[in-house]
Amino acid sequence: MSEVMVNPSGSVPPPAPAKPVERRDRVIIRFAGDSGDGMQLTGDRFTSASAIFGNDVATLPDFPAEIRAPAGTLPGVSAFQVHFADHDILTPGDAPDVLIAMNPAALRANLKDLPRGAEIILDADEFTPRNLQRVGYSADPRADESLAAYTVRELPLTTLTRAAVADSGVGKKDAARAKNMFALGLVSWLYSRPLDTTRGYLEKKFARAPQILAANLAALNAGYAFGETTEDFSVRYEVAPAADFPAGRYRNISGNLALAYGLVAAGRGCHRPVFLGSYPITPASDVLHLLAGMKQFGVTTFQAEDEIAGIGAALGAAYGGAIGVTTTSGPGMALKSEMIGLAVALELPLVIVDVQRGGPSTGLPTKTEQSDLMQALFGRNGESPVIVIAAQSPSDCFDTAIEAVALATRTRTPVILLSDGYLANGTEPWRIPAVADLPTWDPGFATTEQWQDREFTPYSRDPVSLARPWALPGTPGLTHRIGGLEKADVTGAISYDPANHDTMVRLRQAKVDAVAATIPPLAVDDPDGARVLVLGWGSTYGPIKAAVQAVRAGGQSVARLHLRHLNPLPRDLADVLPRYDRVVLPEMNLGQLATIIRARYLVDVISVTQVRGLPFTSGELTGVLKDVIASVD
Amino acid sequence: MLAAKDFKTDNEVRWCPGCGDYAILATVQSFMPALGIPRERIVFISGIGCSSRFPYYMNTYGVHSIHGRAPTLATGLSITRPDLSIWVVTGDGDGLSIGGNHLIHALRRNLNITILLFNNRIYGLTKGQYSPTSELGKVTKSTPLGTLDRPLDPIALALGANATFVARALDSDRAGLTEVLQAAAQHSGAALVEIYQNCNIFNDGAFDTLKDSTTAGESIIPLRQGEPIVFGPQGSQAVVRAADGGLRVAETAAVDPAEIVVHDAHRSDPTQAFALAHLADPHTLQHTPIGVFRSISAPCYDDLARRQVNDAVAQAGFPETGAGDDAFAALLAGRDTWVVD
Repeated sequence: MSEVMVNPSGSVPPPAPAKPVERRDRVIIRFAGDSGDGMQLTGDRFTSASAIFGNDVATLPDFPAEIRAPAGTLPGVSAFQVHFADHDILTPGDAPDVLIAMNPAALRANLKDLPRGAEIILDADEFTPRNLQRVGYSADPRADESLAAYTVRELPLTTLTRAAVADSGVGKKDAARAKNMFALGLVSWLYSRPLDTTRGYLEKKFARAPQILAANLAALNAGYAFGETTEDFSVRYEVAPAADFPAGRYRNISGNLALAYGLVAAGRGCHRPVFLGSYPITPASDVLHLLAGMKQFGVTTFQAEDEIAGIGAALGAAYGGAIGVTTTSGPGMALKSEMIGLAVALELPLVIVDVQRGGPSTGLPTKTEQSDLMQALFGRNGESPVIVIAAQSPSDCFDTAIEAVALATRTRTPVILLSDGYLANGTEPWRIPAVADLPTWDPGFATTEQWQDREFTPYSRDPVSLARPWALPGTPGLTHRIGGLEKADVTGAISYDPANHDTMVRLRQAKVDAVAATIPPLAVDDPDGARVLVLGWGSTYGPIKAAVQAVRAGGQSVARLHLRHLNPLPRDLADVLPRYDRVVLPEMNLGQLATIIRARYLVDVISVTQVRGLPFTSGELTGVLKDVIASVD
Repeated sequence: MLAAKDFKTDNEVRWCPGCGDYAILATVQSFMPALGIPRERIVFISGIGCSSRFPYYMNTYGVHSIHGRAPTLATGLSITRPDLSIWVVTGDGDGLSIGGNHLIHALRRNLNITILLFNNRIYGLTKGQYSPTSELGKVTKSTPLGTLDRPLDPIALALGANATFVARALDSDRAGLTEVLQAAAQHSGAALVEIYQNCNIFNDGAFDTLKDSTTAGESIIPLRQGEPIVFGPQGSQAVVRAADGGLRVAETAAVDPAEIVVHDAHRSDPTQAFALAHLADPHTLQHTPIGVFRSISAPCYDDLARRQVNDAVAQAGFPETGAGDDAFAALLAGRDTWVVD
């Protein structure tokens, strides 16, 4: 096969006159293999090529917590699902149209998600008796009826790859490792994807390993050529570029990357250096890695000895006038609680990014969940209000990060930014903002001149925002002492006075509540006066919106509202909720926001919950919404 | 020129009457003018405990933080604010028990901070439980039958963490404490100063052996840079190298003067300082070295961290504010973009 050459430019899929091309409006592909098989990379490259081709894309990586679980076992299966379409899509898709299974474990782990009629491309070389037995197949599923509902393409991917890379000079092991590129080439042919971005990527990645580069390029090209020549595939498909995007320059972006960019943008916006204090933890670590590579923008990253030191250093930097940020996930959030409480008492700006994952305890490190909401809102000793906001999609992490920094600096209060594993690792196209359009603001430090005629009072307050002065060490005339002990109103001196404590507790709460006045009016998506409202927050945005579209496509009415601000809640929420007969609230927890909504507004929301470590499918939410709509008719 | 009174605050000092902390506060306040640094560029950061009230009484910037975590705040501040003189005040419970992890990492990173560890060998603020430095078998409220865990020596711990400046002083020895503070303040990098401090309520007299003029001479081993280590009446005792390579105390008259160890805090090898730390009997405090154990020069984490950022900024060509708008736009765009018309 290797001598069959592909169109060398690769920029435009070569015409294949021998095979008819069928047009599809959208396709969902899942790449699945061992955690060492490079499935994340394969999916990422396919996504990138599709995005550049002009499709809308949404992705869902799903990988084990172990770096290299035992090869060929079910726990070691790593998968990457990509949904690409000629129109605006909101989720990585409910069920794959195509499964690429690199071994029996990948087949077995993913088969349950495949709808009837789906296509399976599998590496026949891996279907040995031993490999089948390892994952509990007593009989070869290819030989009995288990795969009868699917179109199965059995291809000797390993053998084909080895043959294709024979001339590159790599050893047998490296040769076999290139089979993900063979599969990528084949699927790229099947869906008429260009290869040039992947070629460019490989050339950069393996610039110092020419043999490995040659092997990967050979495998990629051979996979593409195989599609053209083999009789296993009689048609290929095409998904046209999406037409409904606003004009502009786009890129594909993950939530963690968007978050890192947003933090840099925020530092630039208020002309302060960004300081990240962090401790490695999945899935937040990437933000640390990414910001560590952005030092040219004045960003300092500090890998601390533990989660507490990470946030402590961020608070110390904030005290000195930097943009103090800490990032964490799962149990790391619990460890930071006491320091968040100190930041509440000190009334200093601090941004805490919680990339939520499955809990409790170590829980599901690589799986998504929204179960830290109550912890973010209340998880500290004492009355300890903080601002809590949540990102709704991967690219939205950029705007949310800027807003978190702006709110923290403006109110001198900790802000918890909730992301989650789905947003962190998932990707979508992002219209790249013009740098000149990004917000700028003045952090408004206290100055010697402002206080030259009077004694500095560190706990006096702005009459509107109730924020206290941010007086940096080094400022003459403003020396003062602050701490975790209760402080006297205005002067900030230690005070154990009962009435003063009551005043201060209420002041700190009022300061956070005052943020609600700055939240723009809610934009309820309700084109035709629906009786049912679906309310969401965070990463359920995509599945909920997709479900709402499906319901409306079926001729029914449903309204939709998505919350970014979770503390304080928007003021007009109290007006919106009673307008509807039913309020449905899907969450990837056991109903945490539902509890808040019921308590605050006395609205008996219908709480829809799942905690499988994966996002809702739009299909299941569509069903839920239809049932609720039927109940009010 | 500032004076000691300039560093006093209006806050009423609320340690128990007779507490050793008063003496330390007075010494620090009178030493501060010698630093030659404006008050607003001095920051005291503390954790929780009696000693950690210290910042309230210093007319500088100050943060009274949470238990054991003062070094973490100091870390973020020292990395971002090289213009400040940063002091951490902690105690044996705050710094060695709940905050032990942060202490060792602040020391090994060699941040530009000075850590004053007030060691009274007891928990005072929580009213009398034993601490990580309490002597073995100590009967306290929480250990009515005596403690079971061997005490920690802050000096040995700091040396184990490869701290670049390690010293010990006594609360009541104003001259000695001032001398050590001076050396610590001049040190570039992290300095740990252990200050033996009497808690007259819950552990009164813990250091009397070192203070009573009849016993102090034989108990204290004064460390003087470049001098043979002798102590006791007329220098009757000396520290010599033992046959096993360690250190031991001997009668000066009985040893060859050439055998007497000459104190050198600048040795990069910490083993001699470590051996000196272990001469002290943790129960009786006999043979307790006082002074500077170690003072070596090494790169500071915060300097290096700033250099990495500054170099990156300078390479990007925008030394004032970091890379410019074009560079930021290029960052946001990444490698693979497409245009929708």
